[in-house]
Amino acid sequence: MLAAAEAGVSALLIAPTGGGKTLAGFLPSLVDLAGAPHEGLHTLYISPLKALAVDIHRNLTQPIEEMALEIACETRTGDTPQSKRQRQRRRPPGILMTTPESLALLLSYYDAPQVFGSLKCVVIDELHAFAGTKRGDLLALGLARLQTLSPGLRRVGLSATVHDPDWLAAWLSPTAEPSGVRRVLGRDGAEAEVEILNTREHLPWSGHMAVHALAEVYQRIRRAGTTLVFVNTRAQAEIVFQELWHLNDDGLPIALHHGSLAVEQRRKVEAAMAAGKLRAVVATSSLDLGIDWAAVDLVVQIGAPKGSARLLQRIGRANHRLDQPSRALLVPANRFEVLECRAALEAVKAKSLDGDAPRPGGLDVLSQHILGSACAGPFRANDLYREVISAFPYKSLTHKDFDRTLDFVATGGYALKSYERYRRLALDKEGFYRVAHLAHVKRYRLNVGTIVEAPVLKVRLRNGRLLGEVEEYFVNGLLPGDSFIFAGQLLAFEGLRENDVVVSRAASGEPKVPVYAGGRLPLSTHLAERVRDILEHPEDGHDLPPAVAEWLRLQRWRSQLPPADGLLIETFPRGEKEFLVAYCFEGRNAHQTLGMLLTRRMERAGLSPLGFVATDYVIAVWSLKSPTDMDALFAEDMLGDDLEEWMAESSMLRRTFRNVAVIAGLIEARTAGQEKSGRQVTFNADLIYDVLRKHEPDHILLQATRADAAGGLTDIGRLGDMLRRVKGRIRHRRLDRISPLAVPVLLEIGKEQVYGSGLDALLDEGAQALIEEATAGMEIGRGQAELPL
Amino acid sequence: MSETLHKSGRLVVNGVELQADVSGALVWPARRLAVVADLHFEKGTAFAARGQLLPPYDTAATLDKLEAAVARRGVERVICLGDSFHDVGAVQRLDPAQAARLKALTARLEWTWIAGNHDPTPPEDWGGTVAAEITLGALTFRHEAEPDARGGPQVHGEISGHFHPKAAVVVRGRRITAPCFVTDGRRLILPAFGAFTGGLSVLDPAIAGLFRKGFQATMLGRNGLFAFPRQALV
Repeated sequence: MLAAAEAGVSALLIAPTGGGKTLAGFLPSLVDLAGAPHEGLHTLYISPLKALAVDIHRNLTQPIEEMALEIACETRTGDTPQSKRQRQRRRPPGILMTTPESLALLLSYYDAPQVFGSLKCVVIDELHAFAGTKRGDLLALGLARLQTLSPGLRRVGLSATVHDPDWLAAWLSPTAEPSGVRRVLGRDGAEAEVEILNTREHLPWSGHMAVHALAEVYQRIRRAGTTLVFVNTRAQAEIVFQELWHLNDDGLPIALHHGSLAVEQRRKVEAAMAAGKLRAVVATSSLDLGIDWAAVDLVVQIGAPKGSARLLQRIGRANHRLDQPSRALLVPANRFEVLECRAALEAVKAKSLDGDAPRPGGLDVLSQHILGSACAGPFRANDLYREVISAFPYKSLTHKDFDRTLDFVATGGYALKSYERYRRLALDKEGFYRVAHLAHVKRYRLNVGTIVEAPVLKVRLRNGRLLGEVEEYFVNGLLPGDSFIFAGQLLAFEGLRENDVVVSRAASGEPKVPVYAGGRLPLSTHLAERVRDILEHPEDGHDLPPAVAEWLRLQRWRSQLPPADGLLIETFPRGEKEFLVAYCFEGRNAHQTLGMLLTRRMERAGLSPLGFVATDYVIAVWSLKSPTDMDALFAEDMLGDDLEEWMAESSMLRRTFRNVAVIAGLIEARTAGQEKSGRQVTFNADLIYDVLRKHEPDHILLQATRADAAGGLTDIGRLGDMLRRVKGRIRHRRLDRISPLAVPVLLEIGKEQVYGSGLDALLDEGAQALIEEATAGMEIGRGQAELPL
Repeated sequence: MSETLHKSGRLVVNGVELQADVSGALVWPARRLAVVADLHFEKGTAFAARGQLLPPYDTAATLDKLEAAVARRGVERVICLGDSFHDVGAVQRLDPAQAARLKALTARLEWTWIAGNHDPTPPEDWGGTVAAEITLGALTFRHEAEPDARGGPQVHGEISGHFHPKAAVVVRGRRITAPCFVTDGRRLILPAFGAFTGGLSVLDPAIAGLFRKGFQATMLGRNGLFAFPRQALV
């Protein structure tokens, strides 16, 4: 790192957690600052978490003081008081630690050239967590700006082990080419000891809570010093935490940590953990990144890990000493998850990681950046374009798309009717763009950032005590008296008061567990491939537990195992209905989209589809009549008209558009004086989406929405890849009854939300239900009959 | 409670047979009359003038819907229940193409503009007549519903807008929200017709308080109408 610094080149340090990466990143700056006094800001440190910036600040202040160096080192985040922020702009410290959002804000002030003109080095921590995200896009644009303000600036990236280091190097590089960066590899730590829990209990067919195995997990917690128990969703966190407490006969200090809990509560848990006062923490991805806790000596992953890079990151949270192996225990919650855990373990052993291909930077983020640039001072379009394409995510941005984005920022970018007189950016005769009104500057600063929260409501007890926040759509499904588990307790929903969910402590009853939007990552493509390989040759040394081996043997006898390279589709009658199960292994999001498109197509073919359910592994559709021509049903052209039509109605597209519109500044999440509640934002966005789709389908924000949806909530890109891959390789098995491999997905019916119905169908169903209720006293419930094997 | 044939859209107010249209218009078939509320023309440009550059197509979208409803129902007369223009300056912001469409409608049909709070004095030069309220047969048309006088006579046969009512039901754990007609057989409130208009829950006291003995909400789906009694709403 020092050599790279002396040569004045940017550097990328890739090392496993616990390798002292952060200090290594700062070392050259400390050496430089100790050697010669520096006027103004010398080094900028950027981290994804406020808490991390604060923690690094503490860790760095100590050696600086011990060495009696005269280096001012400060943090700047949303929590920094106003007076300190102003002083920081007037007299910047030598080292400043901040987040991408605070950097964007600093860059939007007229004095940014003075503040950053002397900057020598920018250190980006947890670089892998930024690259490929919208937050990363914003940061990359900020870095491009910094480079303009201080051309000699050196960039230092710190990253965990990644799938594609070339990509990361290019991302970091001032030239957007990997060659612009010197790569430094930290030494590998001892290999992790990963084990899959081979439960003595009955291995469930479905479900994600792994309750059957928690007694065994508890025993491991008892034997270990400190354990981190990772789960995938907040709902899992609540259930696992509750179950562990039931089992906690020894009264071990076990805590809960997830993103919906009140901040104070999370900070309390983190502090107790750092002080070594806890034996275990049940956590979601809220603890994936963050402060190093050397004392953790076991990581438990409940449920499937979904991706090998993610698993490695989590395992790395245990035992931050390079010379000793990290210990991790994987706890599959059902049979398919056993296969996925096995695939993840083999991937970790083979050091093969998954990662997404680089995606182009979002035009919504670019819009925000353009407005921010104008807030800092007048600019010429060409100068800004050249600066923007020096940022890796935007290196392929065409001049045309840049101009259209600029036009959107300036006038709304509408083709048919000009907003010339309401311009946000004025253009003068010399070709300079400047903000037309100070109110736009204020708006920009209130809304900076790319993290659009799902609309949330505060959860409070009747006495007003705040427990945390839940997504609005979860509350929407609750009726007064319904109970749910939240913050580790059973609560009864009493009603809504303004934007508060008022609850009381419930004594007992069946909880309706929170199911949150967040945290549900789809199975990665890389792990999916490995799962398919295991399924094709289950005997090839995969060490599968007997229950799973027997399950697969039965499947081979009844039907066949899904081929690694093609697509197995089974159809069979059940009850009065016809079922179709397709073993795609493309992740929940892609399957959800596939389900929407398949049911549309089956509707047109007169097969009367009734619904579908999608898991990470398979999709099941049921209908009155069975389809026969699978090649036609799964033809790639479903991504044409069917997709277009569906996009008009899809709530996922609407949610994506809302995020894009908020980031791009079309809709404001915050207005001066008050924060609009998420409700209002959602509503406005839907109306705008409908009108834009109809009257200007090529608007730049709809283009940005489609680009986002292709890789995000709808995963159209991945679905398209699959349809191409399996073309001509579909194996259709017509069975007289359900196959063993189809049992898990059919068990999900009723538990999972069943999609496939539009607004009208749902309204009709609601109205019909009322009529039935009124006219018949007969049995309505149709319980899930026992599945015959 | 009046008729609850749940998908027909048939409504009876003060003995008059009416028909709800999926667009949000209310049709009086016997008089070949359509009623629409809260068009809010030029709401998009009103926001743009304040710095939020919303799409300028809301007037066009609203007119698309209105022309289609008029053609589908074969009506000869239209009553706009107020708040037809989003603000006083809306008329000046209307672009020529949309202005021409609107003028063609008012020239061809018997047209009445009821005054609303957003447009207390609807422009006179758009064709049609301007009124604070009008009564036809057993029905009175005004912008905002009049509360029943305490201990006095009850309102009968009132058709109004203003509140932008919307209703919600929970189906399969999902909350479904849509604009709606509200009626108890005595009076009826129309959903807002404009493309950029939000809504107020019918359970809000401002609306529910006008219907002391319960009501029926007829929700607008994409292609059909769905009626629910108050008890079924959330």
